[in-house]
Amino acid sequence: MTMNAVVQVLVFVGVLLALVKPLGWYMARVYEGKPVGLDCLLGPVERALYRLCGVRPDKEMNWKNYGAAMLLFNAVGFFFLYGLQRLQSLLPLNPANLGGVAPDLAFNTAASFVTNTNWQAYGGETTLISPTQMLGLTVQNFVSAATGMAVLVALIRGLSRNTSTTLGNFWSDLARSTLYILLPLSLLLSLLLVSQGVVQTFDSYQTATLLQPVMNEQGNSKIKPTEQVLAVGPAASQIAIKQLGTNGGGFFNANSAHPFENPTPCTNFLEVLAMVLIPASLCYTFGVMVDDTRQGWALLMAMMILLLPFVAIGLSAEQSGNSLLTAAGVDQLSQAGQAGGNTEGKETRFGITGSALWSVVTTAASNGAVNSMHDSYTPLGGLVPLFLMQFGEVVFGGVGSGLYGMIVFAIIAVFISGLMVGRTPEYLGKKIEPYEMKMAALLILIMPIIVLSFTALAISTETGRSSIFNPGSHGFSEILYAYTSQGNNNGSAFAGLNVNTPFYNLTGGIAMLISRFWLAISILALAGALARKKLVPAGPGTLPTHTPLFVVLLISVVVMVGALTFLPALALGPIVEELMIRGS
Amino acid sequence: MKEQIRPALTMLVLLTVLTGLIYPLAVTGLAQVFFSDQANGNLIMREGKAVGSKLIGQYFDKPEYFWGRPSATAPFPYNAAASGGSNLGPTNPALIEAVKARVAALRAADPGNDLSVPVDLVTASGSGLDPHISPAAALYQAKRVARARGLDEAIVQTLIVTHTEERQFGLLGERKVNLLQLNLALDSLIR
Repeated sequence: MTMNAVVQVLVFVGVLLALVKPLGWYMARVYEGKPVGLDCLLGPVERALYRLCGVRPDKEMNWKNYGAAMLLFNAVGFFFLYGLQRLQSLLPLNPANLGGVAPDLAFNTAASFVTNTNWQAYGGETTLISPTQMLGLTVQNFVSAATGMAVLVALIRGLSRNTSTTLGNFWSDLARSTLYILLPLSLLLSLLLVSQGVVQTFDSYQTATLLQPVMNEQGNSKIKPTEQVLAVGPAASQIAIKQLGTNGGGFFNANSAHPFENPTPCTNFLEVLAMVLIPASLCYTFGVMVDDTRQGWALLMAMMILLLPFVAIGLSAEQSGNSLLTAAGVDQLSQAGQAGGNTEGKETRFGITGSALWSVVTTAASNGAVNSMHDSYTPLGGLVPLFLMQFGEVVFGGVGSGLYGMIVFAIIAVFISGLMVGRTPEYLGKKIEPYEMKMAALLILIMPIIVLSFTALAISTETGRSSIFNPGSHGFSEILYAYTSQGNNNGSAFAGLNVNTPFYNLTGGIAMLISRFWLAISILALAGALARKKLVPAGPGTLPTHTPLFVVLLISVVVMVGALTFLPALALGPIVEELMIRGS
Repeated sequence: MKEQIRPALTMLVLLTVLTGLIYPLAVTGLAQVFFSDQANGNLIMREGKAVGSKLIGQYFDKPEYFWGRPSATAPFPYNAAASGGSNLGPTNPALIEAVKARVAALRAADPGNDLSVPVDLVTASGSGLDPHISPAAALYQAKRVARARGLDEAIVQTLIVTHTEERQFGLLGERKVNLLQLNLALDSLIR
């Protein structure tokens, strides 16, 4: 790692930690229904929403009603998005005359955006028209994020309430997350991005006369080789929410590697920050809502300690470059005139630091946006994002979903340590009993089952193997990455794999739906069970859960569950590839 | 369950209007008013005509121009309507062969140049539209460009230095040269 890389990483961590408390405090007030400063502006909108929907925001729901409302809302969103894609050719603002999306691709994309995954089996500028992107994808970027936040808030209420049967009102949590948190932050970020050069227009194309004409190898008569057709569009508004809502679905095919999506190192910094801003701040919100901010800091510290070593590994692996290219007579050393390193699939303006830091953060958080092509990373540089997702997206994770996953790991950590020392397992004054442990076990088991079974299915069938782009063990990594990403609602890809086939679209869509909603429903069941329990004051037998000791314990549980489950699969992919490079 | 159907439908419609229409319209309005250059693609105008975008690279292979990074876009390089990378894995023989061929092409176009070949000049960018090359990649080509244009090499090198952008705020990103602007500057030098 270069000195500049270390400083860039430290500045990123510093700015993030400085923002956690103010934003976390603000979000806690949003969920506790307290005035937040935007009420005179957004209050009337909020009340109009409730009136038109026939919702009484103060009417509390039990976990089943909360879950039913959440599922219904997402089901409606899913079918709307599916229909919109199929029928997009009937809509206006379609200058390139794009047709309706094929059924399997539309299914996969609808599942992808409703589940906050934003796996993209399509190319943005070549498949979807602006109205589909705005009315379908941008909307789901907001509401899938708000859904995750609502489920988290329900779980926090379950932990903080004493013998209660209810968890709050889903519609109110959904509306307030969108109105008071996601919309203002997105507006601010999108304008910052535009000021740096992210495009935001309702035109679809700009044309420019080329300095030097390009030969067109395939003789496509639509493309004039003397002109450059520049795809533009309302990108900034979508990019702001795709980063803030841990969505990750790009406006353009190259995602945030595209200069119109991420034009400068400054936008790159803002976009990386935006990926973890809400997941990190929610830890503080959690602390405020359980009336002990130390609990929130403890979880945040566990996440941060899990993150930083992977930043170091990823950065060093990419900076040291690809030794097979050195043999070809290429200079990969970092020096004044060049960043060096493994630059295949990376942009000059970000260099190694801006690219590798992004790849780590985007997979630690379940964002999945990319600013460089993960498929072209060195074996170890590619192992890092893969492994981070396999932790179950709890190192920051998705907005809401990351923290509720981490709370489940905290419950498991409490239980394991309780077994070890003979103490009563308690978390935040709630006794952890067999029902909670069953739910927690279900939650951590389902993800590896989905990921590994679908990977096994794909690698053992001709249909699955025929989509592989890179030969050898790297091809296996492509498939493992695809299902890991979808099974954890991340959305990034080893993009060489041709995933726009009925097989991958269907299996991937199923993986995304199960992973998202199985988890969300189990979390709500857990929240319901916890809410009913009495809050018992901490006694001498209680294991404190805000101490460094507990942070270490929590980290070990997360690492062991992740490592033990996936190490054999990783050994067949990136680890073999790394050994082959070293051997050659 | 039944009483939740109406809110589920209405809430989606209303939030669609709010986040799918009003929000992008508001951002577009503000962007077009305050940052109209940036919002429309940072076009570079010459004699009233757009000759490209400051942010999007173009393909060059004539010896009198600086060449950019290889581009993997289809069906031709630097297709700004279909961005994308090569996605070649680090051990893929196709990658190694492609890089060797690019090194050979650079060497063939510039006999006698014994500088080492900077890695960014022979590897494809993530977007296929990278507008920049590293200063080292520009300096590597200075001799060839100077010869093809009949210029003094020192003039070309000075041009590279004046077009080298430092790290943003002295910290973020990497030092780089905007290829299109550099080539435009070369063209205006002759006139």
